Amino acid sequence: MLTSQVGTCEKIDEYVCNQKLGNMTIAQQTPEAPTVASSKPLRNGRWAGYTHLLMARMREMVREPEVLFWVFGFPLLLALGLGIAFRNKPADATSIVIVAGPEAEHTLALLQGSQQKSLIRAEVLDAAQAHRGFRIGRYDLVIESHGKGELQYLYDPARPESVLARAEVDDALQAASGRKNPLSTSAVISSEPGSRYIDFLIPGLIGMNVMNAAMWGVGFALVDMRQRKLLKRFVATPMRRSDFLLALASSRLLFMVIETGVLLGFGVLVFHMRVLGSVLAILFIGALGALGFSGLGLLTASRARKIESISGLINLIMMPMWIFSGVFFSYERFPAAIHPFIHALPLTALNDALRATILEGAAFSSQAGRLLILLLWGGISFVLALRWFRWT
Amino acid sequence: MPAAIQCRDLRKTYDGKVEAVRGLNLEIQAGECFGLLGPNGAGKTTTIEILEGLLDPTSGEVTIFGHAWVKNSREVREWLGISLQETRLSEKLTVRETIELFASFYREPRSSDEVLNDLQLGEKADAFVGKLSGGQRQRLAVATALVGNPKILFLDEPTTGLDPQSRRQLWDIIRNFQRGGGTVLLTTHYMDEAERLCDRLVIVDHGQVIAEGTPPDLIERLGGHHVVEFEASGSSGGAGNLDAWRGLPSVESVRHDNGLVSLTVHEPHLTIPALLDAVQKQGAQLLHLSTRQASLEDVFVNLTGRHLRED
Repeated sequence: MLTSQVGTCEKIDEYVCNQKLGNMTIAQQTPEAPTVASSKPLRNGRWAGYTHLLMARMREMVREPEVLFWVFGFPLLLALGLGIAFRNKPADATSIVIVAGPEAEHTLALLQGSQQKSLIRAEVLDAAQAHRGFRIGRYDLVIESHGKGELQYLYDPARPESVLARAEVDDALQAASGRKNPLSTSAVISSEPGSRYIDFLIPGLIGMNVMNAAMWGVGFALVDMRQRKLLKRFVATPMRRSDFLLALASSRLLFMVIETGVLLGFGVLVFHMRVLGSVLAILFIGALGALGFSGLGLLTASRARKIESISGLINLIMMPMWIFSGVFFSYERFPAAIHPFIHALPLTALNDALRATILEGAAFSSQAGRLLILLLWGGISFVLALRWFRWT
Repeated sequence: MPAAIQCRDLRKTYDGKVEAVRGLNLEIQAGECFGLLGPNGAGKTTTIEILEGLLDPTSGEVTIFGHAWVKNSREVREWLGISLQETRLSEKLTVRETIELFASFYREPRSSDEVLNDLQLGEKADAFVGKLSGGQRQRLAVATALVGNPKILFLDEPTTGLDPQSRRQLWDIIRNFQRGGGTVLLTTHYMDEAERLCDRLVIVDHGQVIAEGTPPDLIERLGGHHVVEFEASGSSGGAGNLDAWRGLPSVESVRHDNGLVSLTVHEPHLTIPALLDAVQKQGAQLLHLSTRQASLEDVFVNLTGRHLRED
């Protein structure tokens, strides 16, 4: 019967035909009357509101391509870019320049005859070009000759590679000119996974990502909802406010697990990173971090009415932690006097706990102090936020 | 049975300076459609948000079916469906997801499919909120209010900015809700909307009630049912002439607005011939003459000397 109707479709008006077929399918699919189901009174359970709020939040996140990029794509690109830029090259040659002059060829010959010749790449240029190259960072050291047997090194003590170049070149030239070493030394190379820059970087990126995602995902999202009067619309219903906040925090936790898994997996697969601690411990630390920063995000968002002001506030709060909390480089470089301040920052606590667990396989209990710092930041922020929070 | 909504001596002062609401008394019975009418800035939104329990009044008290807001606010919220003046719902959720989200907050909501059909959103059920037209968004806002199966529906300027067809659709939805026994409180600055929908209304200006009654009552109180408007060449609009117009037969009141003279009259067939005579006697010429039924707009202009929508 169906085929005969389809056959006639080509002849008669397509619209009418579709209508007929449409009606027929509906009639076949719904044998019982649909009104019976809809007239039955619905009753919502205790957690209906929470579940729907959580699902709505997850859907909104997944359907926003920009959010997905900032949460997943951006940290991966950062890890990839920095991992490649700072990868351990087999021999990182030092680039130096010799100012052209009567002694230049001799100096060059000495360097090329030295034991370190593979580590030093030297060129001969006139004074102006040499100095310019040094200024823009192409060369780490400039060698200039002042008469026979007298060399002058031009270097920048603020540039570690420049300091290194001076030491290396001086060592090479002295040895090549016949220096005898009074002490016999030998060196062993160590660049095992676990001590490379990428190993340092990945836990830092995980920590930073947990912070970014929680501050934006809670703080910004709340002010956005307040500006759109959606918060007011929600509290005009019997919705439990605690369910709303709980749903927001739960969505952060779920995303944190995925984000952390992706970054860690990326480190393991692409850079052959070794994860010494248990994955469960890592996720637990990440969860405490996500909750701590969610509390901070809630506090930041408690009064702001405009998304412009919350963006500024979030950046203001996060900036010191980007710099001080050891995301991209160790905070040991800062003066010891400010270390207590650095240790008190929540991102420092999170990063340190993550590094100790991931890189050193530290026991979970040994991180109690750092976790307490996270808990205090989150807890105090949450209590203050509840007092100040503006729902309408 | 206690009144659906009652408030006594409601006052709201912002920052100790701006008096948005200045001593408002309202009593709205169950099953009524009640209108809060007034120009922009009259205090309508402040009033309705206090009644909805979203703003605390500076003084005065509000009860919903005899319950004060301070106690049992969650219980009271189960009875209310609210559509705020402008809520931007999440654009990345579908219409159905949005309605189901709001349904989940209530103990005994209506079925989402039923609400979708009632509000003619069935075809858009799986469309993202961000893709809806203005009228569809407004219907969705009302749908989120109706899905909780409320006893009272609060609508703050539900049809502002909508095309005539969308306005009529919303009026039907509001009437249907009332027919099912629901109570409606709406604010509007559209006079025709109030005349069509409201059983009773108050006109609010500067945070105070300046008139209260049924729409026909209020128009009746204006004196005349008809308005004769004309414009004449020469000095006809001058203040001296206004007295002459007032002396014409059957005229209740006279207003003068930018060259246009409006007479509120009982019986236009008596007034108009006399008016034509008077114009001729003055040696002036009529540039424009029209008559129409008096409306709430005329009531408002008569009470305040201003038009409702001066925007």
